[in-house]
Amino acid sequence: MINKLLILIAVTVTFVNIPAYAQTRDVTITRQWARASIGTMRPTAAYLTITNNGKDAVILDRIKTKIAAMAHIHNSTTNAKGISSMAPAGEIRIEPNQSVTLQPSGLHIMLMDLQRPLIKGDSFELTLIFENGQHITTDVPVLAISARGPKE
Amino acid sequence: MLRVFTYLLIAISMIAISIFIGWWQVDGPGTKAPASTIPVSLTQMEFSLKDHENNQVSARSLLGKPAMVFFGFTYCPDICPTTLENISRWLDELGPDAEKFNAILVSVDPERDTPKVLAEYISYFHPMIRGWTGSLTELDKMMAGFAAKYERVPLGKDDYTINHSAGVYLFAEDGSFVSIIDSHEDAKMALTKIHRAIKSP
Repeated sequence: MINKLLILIAVTVTFVNIPAYAQTRDVTITRQWARASIGTMRPTAAYLTITNNGKDAVILDRIKTKIAAMAHIHNSTTNAKGISSMAPAGEIRIEPNQSVTLQPSGLHIMLMDLQRPLIKGDSFELTLIFENGQHITTDVPVLAISARGPKE
Repeated sequence: MLRVFTYLLIAISMIAISIFIGWWQVDGPGTKAPASTIPVSLTQMEFSLKDHENNQVSARSLLGKPAMVFFGFTYCPDICPTTLENISRWLDELGPDAEKFNAILVSVDPERDTPKVLAEYISYFHPMIRGWTGSLTELDKMMAGFAAKYERVPLGKDDYTINHSAGVYLFAEDGSFVSIIDSHEDAKMALTKIHRAIKSP
């Protein structure tokens, strides 16, 4: 009887905790991944999709992660002359029932001043902090330098 | 009656002529290529760089095989690995034809990208891809021939990034320019252009 009760408690805790981990309230993070780095000198990039299922727009304020002293959202763009450049992305605002996708050749989280190399197969925690004070922490798997994104 | 018919015929002819002139200038053989955006033939370029194995290389090193050339740098976290991944995929798609290509990443950041650094960087991608770099003077000569541009942009205190032409430049085996694969073109379009580079001249 006690055993059954313990299992019930374990199952309940598991179900309550795991979704809450990356899915606080109405904002969800999916398809998160980062590109493996070459040592710690060179910056690398992380990508993810932020979906707002709530009733109010949310604005991403900043990113925190122990793996990089600086984690900024940048945008890669290519102009009409074929010249690509990278600049801070400015405000990332996600309207209700909308998603914003950070993906190669566009919006990305640039991870600078790496505290340790990002090695393929590892993962690290990354926290998104929104202007409404909401924090969402997600576990980001590290894929190969030559990766295009997580498998479908 | 005959006069009405003649006028009608003249009117139709004039419309037809204007359409033809329009086509000639916009889509036809009369299209003016914006001279400054098209690379010259590799045979007209003079530059001298080092490859990732410290060999001296020049535009002539690219003759004899069709070539795909891309500008980048290893501190580039997004566009460059993405383009190299694209090139790796295209080379995979080509199968044995891939060996018929010179595939070159030219680093526009010689200060940080030594041949040794380039060697490690390209090792993560398709084995046919080679890395080149050299002095800024020689890179400038190469960029001029390619009608390509790069610009160093400060990023915080000691850091910088480099804006650069991000297309993949295709040349035929005789050195003539074939096409540029734009960074947002899909694999199908890219492979069509690559096959064109194999077949020409």
